[in-house]
Amino acid sequence: MNKPILEIKNLCIDYPISIGTVHAVEDVSIILNKGEVLGLVGESGCGKSTLGLSLLKLIRPPGKVSGGEILYRGKDVLKMSGSEMLKFRGQNIAMVFQNPLTSLNPLFKVKDQFLETIHYHKPEIKQEEAVRMSENILESLGIDKERMHDYPHQLSGGMRQRIMIGLGLIMQPDILVADEPTTSLDVIVEAGFIDLLNRLRERFNLTIILITHNLGLVAEIADRVVVMYGGRIMEVGSADNIFSRPLHPYTFGLINCIPNIELEQKELITMPGNPPDLVNPPPGCRFAPRCPKVMDICKEEVPEVKEYNGRKVACRLY
Amino acid sequence: MTQKSRNIEASGYSSSERMGRIFGWLIKANKKYGAEWWILVFGAVIILFISYTAIFPGTLAPYSPLDQNTGPQLMAPGPGHPFGTDNLSRDILSRMIYGSRTILGVAFTAAILSSIIGIPLGLISGFLGGIFDRIFSLIMDSVYSFPGLILAIAFAAMLGPGVVNITLAVSVVYIPTYFRLVRGQTLTIKEELYVEAARAIGARRSVILGKYIFPNVIATVVVIFSLNIADAIMTEAALSYIGLGLPAGIPDWGMDLAMGKKYLPSGIWWMITFPGLMIMTLALGFTMLGEGLSEILNPRLLER
Amino acid sequence: MKNLLRYIITRILLTIPMIFILLTLVFVILRIMPGDPVSAMLGAHAPEEVIEQKKEELGLNKPIIIQYINYMNKLLHFDLGESMIFKQKVIVPIREKLPATIELTFFGMFFTLLFGIFPGAYAASRRRKGRDFAIRIYANVVYCIPVYWMGLMLQLILGIWLGWFPIAGRVNARILVSTFERTGFYTLDTLLAGNLYAFGDVMLHLFLPSLTLGIVLSGIFVRLTRANMLDVLKSEYILSARARGIPERKIVYKHALKNAFIPVLTMLGLQFALLLAGAILTEMTFSWPGIGRLLMERIYLRDYPTIQGVIVVFALFVSIVSLIVDILYAMVDPRVKY
Repeated sequence: MNKPILEIKNLCIDYPISIGTVHAVEDVSIILNKGEVLGLVGESGCGKSTLGLSLLKLIRPPGKVSGGEILYRGKDVLKMSGSEMLKFRGQNIAMVFQNPLTSLNPLFKVKDQFLETIHYHKPEIKQEEAVRMSENILESLGIDKERMHDYPHQLSGGMRQRIMIGLGLIMQPDILVADEPTTSLDVIVEAGFIDLLNRLRERFNLTIILITHNLGLVAEIADRVVVMYGGRIMEVGSADNIFSRPLHPYTFGLINCIPNIELEQKELITMPGNPPDLVNPPPGCRFAPRCPKVMDICKEEVPEVKEYNGRKVACRLY
Repeated sequence: MTQKSRNIEASGYSSSERMGRIFGWLIKANKKYGAEWWILVFGAVIILFISYTAIFPGTLAPYSPLDQNTGPQLMAPGPGHPFGTDNLSRDILSRMIYGSRTILGVAFTAAILSSIIGIPLGLISGFLGGIFDRIFSLIMDSVYSFPGLILAIAFAAMLGPGVVNITLAVSVVYIPTYFRLVRGQTLTIKEELYVEAARAIGARRSVILGKYIFPNVIATVVVIFSLNIADAIMTEAALSYIGLGLPAGIPDWGMDLAMGKKYLPSGIWWMITFPGLMIMTLALGFTMLGEGLSEILNPRLLER
Repeated sequence: MKNLLRYIITRILLTIPMIFILLTLVFVILRIMPGDPVSAMLGAHAPEEVIEQKKEELGLNKPIIIQYINYMNKLLHFDLGESMIFKQKVIVPIREKLPATIELTFFGMFFTLLFGIFPGAYAASRRRKGRDFAIRIYANVVYCIPVYWMGLMLQLILGIWLGWFPIAGRVNARILVSTFERTGFYTLDTLLAGNLYAFGDVMLHLFLPSLTLGIVLSGIFVRLTRANMLDVLKSEYILSARARGIPERKIVYKHALKNAFIPVLTMLGLQFALLLAGAILTEMTFSWPGIGRLLMERIYLRDYPTIQGVIVVFALFVSIVSLIVDILYAMVDPRVKY
């Protein structure tokens, strides 16, 4: 097997706040292989977005990585210098954020945002060349090159989303991290977006990390899925396995919550309880207070992530 | 516990113990609010000190502010006259101490006056809305956009010098400040759910205004009031600096500064340094109190 | 472009009621106040018939409504009336002194922005660090310094003790103003006349007053810029720019500052009123022959028509600046819908 392109080892991220420390991400290890689409799912506040930001060292102060490493092709991202990091962002890993409506600087034309990005990465590229590069990428995203001269507010949400992706891909990174990319899009635009991601993946040989709580989206395009809860990994497995034979009770609950039009349900199934308090997390398994299959030991000791039938799960049931 | 027993308990402490308690409380509050707390405390200390000099000037001032026989003329700061003497050989320290009375009195009264007029107008205008509100807002906005000092100058020039007149001139300037703030707040609060609910159960308009809107508006008014006194201090000092404020014979920092200006070319630094420092310190005290209060009561108010 | 033009025209139409209210206000203050301008000017012991005659001359014996209509009617024809003291039209000294005031406020504004915008942006980028606190303290202290005291202290230190700068006037008395004067804007005039020596001298005289004005007003701009920058730096487009590998310095001073400047610009109109007030005090302190000083001189002389004229000019000045600011705003921000 090839060496993984990205390896996250025992990553911990803390946010000190006035009443204590929020352990946003705890002891998370993920392996990402070249060319795959990894879905990172969980409820809001489970640490998935923080994890995404840490890949580019963009965690907002006072938050900080308090342990572990992030290896990109064997090199620790967290130990990179400031200037190395600037090159790394965009050329190796690119990131697209939640809201395309607010992710483009409203005062700069699309063209300027492209040219600027190219300029800071490759100052030697001449302007005409840079314009051509930008036009090419926009056309491959299905946007007329004339839109380059528009300001962001003149474009639709879907267009802005694609421009954001274009800006991410312009320096040909290996990995695209998409943080809740479809939250603010309507269903039709979302369908187009899935289609687009699939095409980009082939065309640019992209590895994609899809951070979302939208399980439908993950089922649609992810190869593998990481399920997070309360800052910890609950389960890792192929998308097929996760959706058809979930192991962890949390995963099971999460999938059960998806309304299914084919089954004649009388009401929506919801999961009882609230997400855990990350300042004073429960001492054992994070999910124990809400778990329908909870055992005494779950409340005392944190379960390790272990192999089970070639899948990974952090639960004492296995 | 009744009020009386609390008093007895409080008087049971020795004064050093009480100081310790106060200090402990200050530290605790510091932990809760951070640097903003110290800004507030520092501002309050300045205000309390200068207020003390204004209320009991006799206990601190070595001379009468009008005494023209305290020593040589234009004496540099030195023994006997820590701030020096002016051209009429009056003691500058004593003038500073007595001058605080004038400026604090005028600024405080003016701020009260403008809030008494501005707050009800803003409340009613924002609450009633309609054509009445439009006209009032237009007038107030126009006045607000006009340089306040020029307005005060015009008023002071028409009214002539005098403590009452200068107070009126300063207070007119700040009516729109209160009006705009209170009106804006009223408009926001009017739409809040709890006001809707009160209206739905048939509360009378006067009740809604008095019980639901006014108490919520008042929190921001406290902050603005403090900042407004700082502005009023600057305006009062400016008016008397340009000679529109007070008749001679009333010790006033702005007038002292104007007097010192004449002796500046001969390098008499003490006549301008101390009055200016006093004006700045007093204004700073109220600004810091206001800033600290706003951060603690209403963190977003000043960030805008 | 056509849209912009329509916007400008609408905005001008909206300015008219504001000017109208301000002019009415000036009238109310100067006429309805207790005290009678004529007897105040001539002294309490002037004979009755002299006072009556003067009132007749000035139209002050007519009913107040008629006076108001006359006043507005004259203003519509750009007629500010005639001085009560000197045999000259009120507009004459104003026209002569206005350039000095504009020059002072212009350079004052320059220093204000220089000492306000950049420290404010820098403080925001260093939020809650030592330098942020230092800059915030600077902003608060400077805001509380009376502008005239700042002027006096600068005069004392830089003018008298060090002798680097002149402390009064617009130009050295030995330089003949008539050799270059054209528009009244001395910086411009000396350059047009090619007289570099005089230009240097004019700049030297301009430096201290405008620096005084600039420093004192910069406090507000530090606060405004910092607060807006903090909001902008939290936005997603800044995070996106960081994720694209744009250097931090460019993010702060190009991406964020441009966005933070727009709300600051909208406040500029209101702050300009403060600048004008500061300019009057600065003119008094530096013997600067502008309209602020003219106003004060005429107040001492009780020359009411001139006082009224100067205040009217101030009102127009403020309205025009707020108009210009709004138009600039529309041109800077592409999102403004005309």
